[in-house]
Amino acid sequence: MKALRNYLDKIKPQFEKGGKFEKLHSTFEAFETFLFVPNTTTSQGSHIRDAMDMKRTMIMVVIALIPTLLFGIWNVGYQHFLAIGEDVGFWQMVGYGAIKVLPIVIVSYVTGLAIEFGFAQSRGHEVNEGFLVSGMLIPLILPPDIPLWMVAVATAFAVIIGKEVFGGTGMNILNPALTARAFLFFAYPQDISGDKVWIADKPDTFSGATPLANAALGNTDALPSFSDTFFGFIPGSIGETSTFLVLIGAIILLATGIGSARILLSVFVGGLVMSLIFNLWGANEYMMIQPHMQIAMGGFAFGAVYMATDPVTASQTHRGKYIYGFLVGLLAILFRVFNPAYPEGMMLAILLMNVFAPLIDHYVVEGNIKRRLARLEKAKA
Amino acid sequence: MSETVNLKKGLDIKLLGVAEQTLSTPDISKYAVKPNDFKVGFAKLYVNEGDEVKAGTPVFYDKYRDHIPHTSPVSGKVVEIIRGPKRVLEEIRIEADNKDEYVDFGKADPNDLSRDEITEKLLKSGIWPALRQRPYSVIAEPGDKPKAIHISAFDTNPLGPDLDFIVHGKGKLFQAGLDVLAKLTDGKVHLNVHATNTTSKVFLNSKKVQINSFSGSHPTGNVGIQVHHVDPINKGDIVWYIHPQDVLTIGHLFTEGKYDATKIVALTGSEVKKPHYYKIKQWASIEPLLTGNLINEHVRVISGNALTGNKIRPDGYLGYYDNQITVIPEGDQYEFFGWAAPGFNKFSVSRTFFSWLQPNKRYRLNTNLHGGERAFVITGLYEKVLPMDILPMQLIKAIMVEDIDLMENLGIYEVDEEDFALCEFVDPSKTPIQSIVRNGLDLMRKEMS
Repeated sequence: MKALRNYLDKIKPQFEKGGKFEKLHSTFEAFETFLFVPNTTTSQGSHIRDAMDMKRTMIMVVIALIPTLLFGIWNVGYQHFLAIGEDVGFWQMVGYGAIKVLPIVIVSYVTGLAIEFGFAQSRGHEVNEGFLVSGMLIPLILPPDIPLWMVAVATAFAVIIGKEVFGGTGMNILNPALTARAFLFFAYPQDISGDKVWIADKPDTFSGATPLANAALGNTDALPSFSDTFFGFIPGSIGETSTFLVLIGAIILLATGIGSARILLSVFVGGLVMSLIFNLWGANEYMMIQPHMQIAMGGFAFGAVYMATDPVTASQTHRGKYIYGFLVGLLAILFRVFNPAYPEGMMLAILLMNVFAPLIDHYVVEGNIKRRLARLEKAKA
Repeated sequence: MSETVNLKKGLDIKLLGVAEQTLSTPDISKYAVKPNDFKVGFAKLYVNEGDEVKAGTPVFYDKYRDHIPHTSPVSGKVVEIIRGPKRVLEEIRIEADNKDEYVDFGKADPNDLSRDEITEKLLKSGIWPALRQRPYSVIAEPGDKPKAIHISAFDTNPLGPDLDFIVHGKGKLFQAGLDVLAKLTDGKVHLNVHATNTTSKVFLNSKKVQINSFSGSHPTGNVGIQVHHVDPINKGDIVWYIHPQDVLTIGHLFTEGKYDATKIVALTGSEVKKPHYYKIKQWASIEPLLTGNLINEHVRVISGNALTGNKIRPDGYLGYYDNQITVIPEGDQYEFFGWAAPGFNKFSVSRTFFSWLQPNKRYRLNTNLHGGERAFVITGLYEKVLPMDILPMQLIKAIMVEDIDLMENLGIYEVDEEDFALCEFVDPSKTPIQSIVRNGLDLMRKEMS
């Protein structure tokens, strides 16, 4: 460690202003602070500080995502060999999945981080850690057969238009990972929707429809069992199929205090309430699907746990979080059932509520202001 | 006693180095009056180098509030006047003699005096600056009529001194001080005690006050939090507050006729060999307290507590409003993959470090910032440590964009930087929140005057 530290100290001046590699200052700083927590001490205000920083926060989310990534790698292989009708061992499935999934992860990280480093350098601030999470989320919500160049283009779009034009991490209005997915969905719909894309190298003879697609067509008989759907042995985007592992991620986020329990619970409540209303209404087959099945299908749980809770794009006030989460859940099921053109409502529900989150906060803040004014009136009277 | 106000939000930071309840009286000859303790506009001198002063002799005043003199805590000789950049007065160093002479302000029974006579006595003796006001947390204005005066009788800050111990056996003096305060307001004098930790009869048997009882973690002991829950400050209201030790000083002034600047301070922190209480005077040099009493030389010495205190040199001087000295290790070392470590020794309000498994552990925290400054990302964290009906992040953002109306609407009059110290502590974005709040308060004060 000491030798590494000494080496860093030795080469550091070359990256400072006036040094040979001045243009790589942000990059050097990012790697340096990645290896070593900096020796900066408090100079004003509180002399002691909480040990948690942005790196720790973001890495916790990445840790919470790892179970879904690992399962996704296996499931990509499993679905592939199931579709071609071959009976292979566990490691072969994992191997196949890894070959499909890891390049997508790498492309997403390399593209995104390169852009982040560039922006940090040109703006003269440190590289933000936000992309550590976005870079993992993007592959997990894409189908396994997505062309790699599309991953790169979508990531670039999400980071530049979705985030950096607003000022970077913390300033963005829309969730960057969902921005990437929405971009692909509207720009290249044939590669991210329909029945063909959800199983890697699927032969045409195999159906390969996701539960959502079947439900949208009214084929509720063709739906997989609840346990298959819940544990994730179904075709779908890489990381979202297993509601079970998503819930384990949720436990990690809630236990460490990083994910907002207010948002998380209210998304699920919103989804359940809407499903129950549809059950009572019962106008078509889709509406009759049981609430717990609705929650387990598609990206509902994944979106609720990892994307609706994104603190930057969600409501910021306590009360606002309940409203925001509830509406996300409610709208996701509503879009799903009422929009046959697009089977998954979660993405659009979250993006829509991202846009409305500041409005919700505005009214919560107004409420606080009114309470204070009322107190003043009362004191005067 | 009224009902207990039970506050659930907040955070107790358990540091090593709690002061033992024993008292030493060191011999201190060096003192330095520090105008910067008061957020003054521009300090001007009454004395010159070489002048002899007594305890209670005026030393300096604020050019913009020249009716409030500041007086010497000891008798001795002005040995040096230290000025900083732009000739700002930083320290007026006084070498104490052994004569212990006091300016005689005359004994008096506050019940026989009018409010104006009391005010004048407090001003002349130099004790007046101990009275501060909300909003803005500045020295109270003698002409104002405060709607109440608040005294917090417990300190919940990290390693905060035990005020029960400090006032022990001084019931008469304390009551004398309260009698004076009661004459200064048409409203009530509030004595805010802790529901279970305050056991001293000095506090609980006080008269002419309303005793309010609180329970909860830090910052429940902050007077701003207490005012918010007892009788919140609306626009246009003025509330005064004062520390119990200063109530004793006022008591002294009226019973003995002199300014006795003696106070009891706690020397605390993980780097102190024998943390305990010291009886010293206002603005005393803390060098004799630390000599031979430190475990480690690479330390930060703080006048006050680790959340809100000021950094001073190891041969520096106690701050006027401080009742505690904290010594913690400096944290200027790199830590290999520090953000990824399991962190049994790292304190965090989140449970991202395994230290949450040991809730009663006391920590040896250093001054490392633990990360770089970032934009606001995490939400809902400040709210966990601010037990007020105030939206902290929205208020901080309003201050940053200097939106006067919004700051006022979101309750800036009710807060002080110390109330936001915990927000700053927990913030993973490492935003300098206390100085932002201070800027907001200064801006409001300028706009409103």
